[in-house]
Amino acid sequence: MKNKYSIFSLIKNAFSNHENWEKAWKDPEPKKEYDAIIVGGGGHGLATAYYLAKKHNMKNIAVVEKGWIGGGNTGRNTTIIRSNYLWDASAGLYDHALKIWEGLSQELNYNIMFSQRGVMNLAHNLQDVRDLKRRTHANRLNGIDAVYLNTEEVKKFCPIINTSQDIRYPVLGGTLQRRAGTARHDAVAWGYARGADEMGVDIIQNCEVKGIKRNGDTVEGIETTKGFIKTKKIGVVAAGHSSVLANMAGLKLPLESKPLQALVSEPVKPIIDTVVMSNAVHAYVSQSDKGELVIGAGTDDYISYSQKGSHDIVEGTLNAILELYPIFSRMRMLRQWGGIVDICPDASPIISKTSVKGLYFNCGWGTGGFKATPGSGDLFAHTIANDEPHKLNAAFNLNRFVSGDLVDEHGAAAVAH
Amino acid sequence: MFLINCPFCGEREQSEFKAGGEAHIERPKQPTELSDDEWAEFLFMRKNIKGVQFERWNHAHGCRKWFNIARDTSNDQIKAVYKMGEKPPVK
Repeated sequence: MKNKYSIFSLIKNAFSNHENWEKAWKDPEPKKEYDAIIVGGGGHGLATAYYLAKKHNMKNIAVVEKGWIGGGNTGRNTTIIRSNYLWDASAGLYDHALKIWEGLSQELNYNIMFSQRGVMNLAHNLQDVRDLKRRTHANRLNGIDAVYLNTEEVKKFCPIINTSQDIRYPVLGGTLQRRAGTARHDAVAWGYARGADEMGVDIIQNCEVKGIKRNGDTVEGIETTKGFIKTKKIGVVAAGHSSVLANMAGLKLPLESKPLQALVSEPVKPIIDTVVMSNAVHAYVSQSDKGELVIGAGTDDYISYSQKGSHDIVEGTLNAILELYPIFSRMRMLRQWGGIVDICPDASPIISKTSVKGLYFNCGWGTGGFKATPGSGDLFAHTIANDEPHKLNAAFNLNRFVSGDLVDEHGAAAVAH
Repeated sequence: MFLINCPFCGEREQSEFKAGGEAHIERPKQPTELSDDEWAEFLFMRKNIKGVQFERWNHAHGCRKWFNIARDTSNDQIKAVYKMGEKPPVK
């Protein structure tokens, strides 16, 4: 049983200069066989393992991670959490996640620094206004909080936005989801890892999957850099590398992997206390607790695993940021990076069984997977444990690309993909 | 960001081009004969290779012509540029 984190444990450990904190998770070598293996130790993978152990009583399971946990896209995203999606299926999925976020720090006994500071989406032309109003109504019908703001209300909510009407893309209005916000991305991975580890899940780092062994239409195990591990169920949560894993099992997925960039500025005093996203000019910005502006850029349009994006994408985003926030004009950027995101043709994720028995994929989150981490883990765990999807992820199956029953969130989901 | 040697215009910045995705996906000759699975395969399923991939590019802000490229997607290095209709180079 792990020691609970509390004010008392903090004081107690202060007496030993914080040198004797118990390890948050073990660093085990893989066993020969597990009941299930999760490939990918990011937030989604660790959450999957956590809920498999917690809700489905599967304790003999492992998470295998090529690098270190939370070192992939979990550590690269811009930490935005919201559920203001247009379609019913998406609204169900993302709001399920948001509801779990609201109690997650308490549940995990780990401060994930969840901050419901609101997310505002801006409209810059008449079609944006219509789309955003439509989405506001759709959200409210699905029980998701949403309000439409006119230009003055936008200015009041976030005073540093340039709302003058003579700029290239003037602000005509916006939507606001007050329950939305941000969380500390690393803490989410660490909190789930600690919780899963406590229930007996083996978290195996520096263990790259080299092959998926099949016997006809059934999985038998995985070949890794730490040897062969036998299992009957494999859940792949490998983000940008999902297709690479699928190819190992002889499958093809409807995915394209592309670089998505983000950047942070030098830290400054509090200047923006919410998250503002603009679809049309593709610029979104929030401020981290350290004071850095966290800025998300767009994807490149070519397939790449290089984890480097093109300069012109960053330039375009910063142009838009400067037009919307002239006050940032003399800020310097500290870091810029690129992560590889796996994008579905309908910009919705896949949480699904496959044609191979015992092989499950959770992928296609594209540019916005972080917000769904707890819900994704919960629903994927349900799918793996029961060999059937939960009703909330039934629509996000692989077969939708055959049946044509797509969940088309391109342009509908309040963000450009 | 990388440079692409357009077979018609010469070397230009990648931002002048539009990526057209995986190359050599042939449109089915008899679409009415296809099953739903075969349609899905043609429309949506992609190799999405990490490594050398054959892909289509369009010089959108130049000559506007389409051509093919063999590119290593793990480091964005271009291995070969060849015209539409030509067979992909042997690795």
